[in-house]
Amino acid sequence: MNNEITGSEALIRSLINEGVDTIFGYPGGAIMPVFDAIYDYKDKVSHILVRHEQGATHAAQGYARTSGKVGVAFVTSGPGATNAITGITDAMMDSTPMVVIAGQVASTLLGSDAFQEADVVGISQPVTKWAHQIRCAEDIPAAVARAFYIASSGRPGPVLLDITKDAQFGKIKYEYKKATFIRSYIPKPEIDPEEIKAAAELISKAKKPLALVGQGVILGSAEEELKVFLEKSGIPTALTVLGLSAIPTDHPLNVGMLGMHGNIGPNLKTNECDVLIAIGMRFDDRVTGDLKTYAKQAKVIHFDIDPAEIDKNVKTTVRVLGDVKDTLAEVTKLMDTTTHSEWLAEFKPCSDREYNVVIQEELFPTSGSLKMGEVIHKVSEATNNDAVLVTDVGQHQMMAVRYFKYKQSRSVVTSGGLGTMGFGLPAAIGAKMGAPNRTVCLFAGDGGIQMTIQELGTIMQYDVDVKIIILNNHFLGMVRQWQELFFSERYSETTMKNPDFCMIANAYNIKSRIVDKREELDDAIAEMINHKGSYLLDVQVEAKGMVYPMIPSGTCVTNILLGNE
Amino acid sequence: MEDKTLYTVTIFSENTVGLLSQVTSVFTRRQLNIETLSVSPSAIKGIHKFTITVYSNREDIVKVVRQIDKRVDVLKSYFNTDDELIHQEIALYKLSTPEFIKIGSAEALIRRFHAQILEINENCVVIQKTGHYAETQALFEELSELIGVLQFIRSGRVAITKSKIERLSDMLQERERKNSSL
Repeated sequence: MNNEITGSEALIRSLINEGVDTIFGYPGGAIMPVFDAIYDYKDKVSHILVRHEQGATHAAQGYARTSGKVGVAFVTSGPGATNAITGITDAMMDSTPMVVIAGQVASTLLGSDAFQEADVVGISQPVTKWAHQIRCAEDIPAAVARAFYIASSGRPGPVLLDITKDAQFGKIKYEYKKATFIRSYIPKPEIDPEEIKAAAELISKAKKPLALVGQGVILGSAEEELKVFLEKSGIPTALTVLGLSAIPTDHPLNVGMLGMHGNIGPNLKTNECDVLIAIGMRFDDRVTGDLKTYAKQAKVIHFDIDPAEIDKNVKTTVRVLGDVKDTLAEVTKLMDTTTHSEWLAEFKPCSDREYNVVIQEELFPTSGSLKMGEVIHKVSEATNNDAVLVTDVGQHQMMAVRYFKYKQSRSVVTSGGLGTMGFGLPAAIGAKMGAPNRTVCLFAGDGGIQMTIQELGTIMQYDVDVKIIILNNHFLGMVRQWQELFFSERYSETTMKNPDFCMIANAYNIKSRIVDKREELDDAIAEMINHKGSYLLDVQVEAKGMVYPMIPSGTCVTNILLGNE
Repeated sequence: MEDKTLYTVTIFSENTVGLLSQVTSVFTRRQLNIETLSVSPSAIKGIHKFTITVYSNREDIVKVVRQIDKRVDVLKSYFNTDDELIHQEIALYKLSTPEFIKIGSAEALIRRFHAQILEINENCVVIQKTGHYAETQALFEELSELIGVLQFIRSGRVAITKSKIERLSDMLQERERKNSSL
C-alpha cells in the first residue's frame, strides 16, 4: 500500500516527468490537494503565485514564448478557471503551447450547481486545442502525458485539464509514460514530394518573389533552415508581427514588417510580386486587409503545418504541408541558387519615403513632447538591440514592434491574434523566467498596464527583473487614433485620469521614475537598464500621437495612410 | 445570397464526452444552420459516426470540414453532395384511429407511399415511412389534409457513399502500423 500516492502527487510528478520546473498559479478550494502536494516538491518545481488567474495564463504564455517550452498554469474551479479563459484564448490564437490545470468540484457534485462549479470544459472547448475532464486519480498520468503531447506537437496550442477534487485525493500506483501517438491526431502532415518539387520550381522561376514569414518558423525552430533558404534564393523577406525576430532586423534580405502598421515596402510589394511565399503564417486580416484586392497578381506558395490554414483566406497555387523545418530544407535542396538584387533594390525607395515622412520625425524629433518611437528606439539601443521585447496592446505595441530591433529569435512576446490588453505585465514576468539571462523590456500603455497592474505584486514577491516602460499619453491611444481618423474626432470614453504610477511602483518596492523632458530621457533609460532588478519608467508622451503608416481596416494593402505627407 | 447546396458531412470520431459541441461550434462560428444530425456507433468499436446535413457553398464546406478534422478526437471527416450518396430518413406519423377508419382509403394510401403500419390500437394508428425528405414530407402533407396528424417525427439523415468501401479501418491500421514502426 505504501507505494501508492495521491492523484495530486501523481500530477506533480507527471509534470516533473514532462520537464516542468516553473508553474504560474493561484490556489482555491477545488485545487487545494494539488497545492498541498506541490509543497513537498519545492526543490524540483517552483510555483509562482500570481495576483489574478489571467496573469497566470499570460505569464505561462510569456514563459513558453521565450523558452520554447510548454507554459503551465494552476487555477481553481469556477471563477479561477473562468478568469483563465482570456489567456487560454490568447494562446489559442497565437499557437502558444500551454497546459492549464484547473481544479473542479468533486465528481459527485458535478452538474449540481455546486459552490464554485462551472462547466469549464464546455466553456473552454472552442478556445483550446484539447480540453478534458479527469474524474478519477488513475487517469491523471496518462491525461497529463496526452496534454503535453498535444500542446507541444504540430501547431502548438493550449490544453485544459479539469481535475475533480476526488480525483486529486484518490490513491494510485504511479507510473508515467510519455505520449507519442494518438490515433485520431496527426500533428505533422507527411511531406508530399510533389508539393516540394512544385514549390522549388516556382521559386526558381520567380522574377519578383516575396517571402512572408510568420511565427511558424519560430515555433518550428526553423530559423536556420529559413536563413539557408533565403540566402540561397536571395528573396526579399517580410515578417508578420509574431514572425519578428525569426531573422535579425539587420539581415540584408529583411525588408520589414507586414500589416496594418507595417512598413510601406512589403505591403506595397505584396501587390507587385509575382510569387508570394508564405511561411508559417496565416494571412490574418491585419496582414491582408481586403482579400479581394490582396496579391491577386501573384502565384501563392503556402508552407504550413496546419491543413486548415491552406486556402482559408488566400487561395494557394502550391501548398507545402508539413513542418517548415523539414519542408524548407527540402525545397532549398531542389531550388536554384538565385539573386534578386534589382527587385530587392525596389524596396529602398519605399523605406526612404517611410523614413522621410514618418520615421525620422518619430525617432529623432527635436522639439515638442516626447514621441513613443524615440523612447522605444533609445531603449532598444540601450539594450544593444538584444533584449526581449514584451508589449501590451495598442499604439505603443505597434510602435514597439516597428522600432525595436532584434538580433536573436524568440525576442518578441506580444498578443497578436487576440489583441489582449493587460497581456503585457504578466507576460513579461513569464518571459523573464523563460529567459533569465536576457534583459526583458515591457512597453505598455497607461490603459493596458492598469488592466493587470496587480501583477506588480508578483514582481515584488519573486524579485523578477523586468524593465517596465509605460508610454503614458493619458489616452486609450489606439481607439483615440481611430476616433480621430474615422469617428470625426469624437473622443468618446478614451481619456484617462491616471494614478501616479511611481507611487504605485513605490508601494510595491519597485524603483521608478517619471520623465517628460527630452533632455532627461537618455539618463532615465540608462538608470533603468543599469538598475539591478525591476524598474518602472513612466514616460509622458505626446497626447495625440499617431501610429503611421496605417492601412485602414478592410482596405487594400496599397491604401496606406502616412499622416502628414 | 448565392445558391446553396445541401451537403452531407460525415465525421468519424472517438466517443468522447463533449465532442458533439466541439463539432457543432464549428458550424455555429460560420453561421451555418444544421439541417439534420444523426450520431451513432460505427462499425468499428469505440468510434462514433456523425452524419450532418447543412446548406452551404463549396468553399465554406471545405473550410468547415478542415476545421472539424483538426479537432484532436476526430479521426476523419469529409463531405458529399446528394448525387454521391444513398441516403435515407425515417418518419413516424400518429393518427387518430376513428379518423383513420373513417377515410376508408387507408390501403391505397399505405400502398402508394410504401408506408408501414407499426401499431393500431383504439386510440391511434402509427405509420412509418422511410425515404428522402421530400417523400416523408409529401406523406405528412397528404395525411394532414386527409385526417390530421396527431404527432409527427422525422429522423436525421443517414447516408452511405456510392463509391468504394468505407476505408476508415484501413486508415486506422495504417496509423497503428506507422506508430509501431517508429
